Amino acid sequence: MGMTLAEKILARTAGLAAVSAGELVTCTVDKIMATDITAPLTIEVFRRMGATRVKDPESCILINDHFVPAKDIRSADFARAMREFAKEQGIRRYFEVGRSGICHVLVPEKGLVSPGELFVGADSHTCTAGALGAFATGVGSTDLAAAWALKELWFKVPSTLRVELRGSFRPHVTSKDVVLRLIGELGVEGARYQAIEFHGEALAAMPMHARLTLCNMAVEAGAKAGMIPCDDITAAYVTAHGGSVDKAVTPDGDASYAAALTIDISALEPQVAEPFMPSNIRPVGDFRGLRVDQVFIGSCTNGYLEDLRAAAAILKGRKVADGVRLIVTPATQSIYLEAVREGIVADLVEAGAAVTTPTCGACLGGHMGVLGKDEVALATTNRNFRGRMGDLSARVYLANPAVAAATAVTGTITHPEELP
Amino acid sequence: MSEGQILRGRAWRFGDHVDTDVIIPVRYCNMFRPEELGPHAMAGADPEFASRIAPGDLIVAGTNFGCGSSRETAPVALLGAGVGAVVAASFGRIFFRNAVNVGLPIFESPEASAACQAGDQLAVDAARGLIRNETRGLSFTFAPYSAQVAEIIAAGGLVPYVRRRLGLPPERGG
Repeated sequence: MGMTLAEKILARTAGLAAVSAGELVTCTVDKIMATDITAPLTIEVFRRMGATRVKDPESCILINDHFVPAKDIRSADFARAMREFAKEQGIRRYFEVGRSGICHVLVPEKGLVSPGELFVGADSHTCTAGALGAFATGVGSTDLAAAWALKELWFKVPSTLRVELRGSFRPHVTSKDVVLRLIGELGVEGARYQAIEFHGEALAAMPMHARLTLCNMAVEAGAKAGMIPCDDITAAYVTAHGGSVDKAVTPDGDASYAAALTIDISALEPQVAEPFMPSNIRPVGDFRGLRVDQVFIGSCTNGYLEDLRAAAAILKGRKVADGVRLIVTPATQSIYLEAVREGIVADLVEAGAAVTTPTCGACLGGHMGVLGKDEVALATTNRNFRGRMGDLSARVYLANPAVAAATAVTGTITHPEELP
Repeated sequence: MSEGQILRGRAWRFGDHVDTDVIIPVRYCNMFRPEELGPHAMAGADPEFASRIAPGDLIVAGTNFGCGSSRETAPVALLGAGVGAVVAASFGRIFFRNAVNVGLPIFESPEASAACQAGDQLAVDAARGLIRNETRGLSFTFAPYSAQVAEIIAAGGLVPYVRRRLGLPPERGG
């Protein structure tokens, strides 16, 4: 019996010829990531474990992204704890404010994870890196501390859901809409404990940023991983960003899948997920006229340069509507710099947007865009659970960057093609 | 949680898809100790929860409890609030691992969840895989943990497990 992509990577890292879904295996992890919000607890647990040195400093990645630049004194202390730990342990892959970015966007950009690798991170959206053909999954702080100490972790080999993407994109439709549609079909626990493996002709029309967005939200369907087998697009991207394709593997033709489904992208409209679950999707037209107080463009889902370009193309020469705040957060410093060079930042600021430095801030209600009582936001983020972006009464609608930009212009949820 | 122990307490009911933003809103996630987080447990659903429960009370929820972020502060907050265990129809994947790792007892039983109302008196016998709803006189069984999970739980969580792997004695006072 052949193996899925997830099974192949877990078999290699477990030192076994083959594994199959449901098996419990102990694997050597290739890369281990923590951020300023999860590292302090991880460090505390690491000490309680009696560990003094991380087993392999070269496998460790520490990224300042959640509450940075520090939003308060406690957050400053969190960041300091991680900074001091990096120095103490000789961890070179430490990313300081001003040279950092949202971890899930920074990791591929800096070539920190490569196809075929096993990557764990103390953040649920670690599954993003599955777009590189890696097995990437989120864990908690105690699991991460164990990985620091032992460079290994136990896993239940997930069964795999095979998703075939067919057809071609209509204007203003993106991979964000594809994954919202998928979550809508599966529900927020439809792929619980499973790996989602993406295939199909439509992948050829999806550059790496679009693929990362797709895999980013796999966890919103409950999945352990969202993965795209390494192909020419992956190899070209990884090589250009300093990674390696030496460990790349592809699923076997006779691999066994728990289920399979097909999404025809040709028929897809931009999607909007209404409160309070990312699975509550409907076409954008169903929300026509719904007023918003704030529009947010950014996050590990949609803070890529291409996302900012799409927003700027709509906002250039237009103004943000009265009574609406537009906040834009480029995902990394490199994206920020390129957006400055291309004139994107100027276009956004002239339109009336507040452009922030890279951070997870607004998406999780941390800082730089927290919502107040009864406020309504449309955001390019990944979660709209109650209280996610601020007050418990605030309501968050999820959409793609073009819909977000058009909504900022009119002040109501708007399909970009309806702009005058 | 030691083997053979019966966990007994009143049930606090929650619905499906209780996510980690509800269990511990991010504004409290610039802290990580149980005593700091405990007062804010379940603040996204009921800001009074932590002050109203008695130590050892149980949370009973529907499907996918703990979905969402990887924040381990979620099970830590529940421990800090004095929650004795969580019984749910199903759990989010990362929350399940985190709860096992930090020693928060969790039990998956759609039947026990469905039959339980707020305030019911429950008794969970983890070793025998039994949940008794003493208020309604009902008993439910649940599937035992996998061997790997059972080993971590038997060791008292992942910290003692790793200490043993590193050849170290158990934590003092832990």
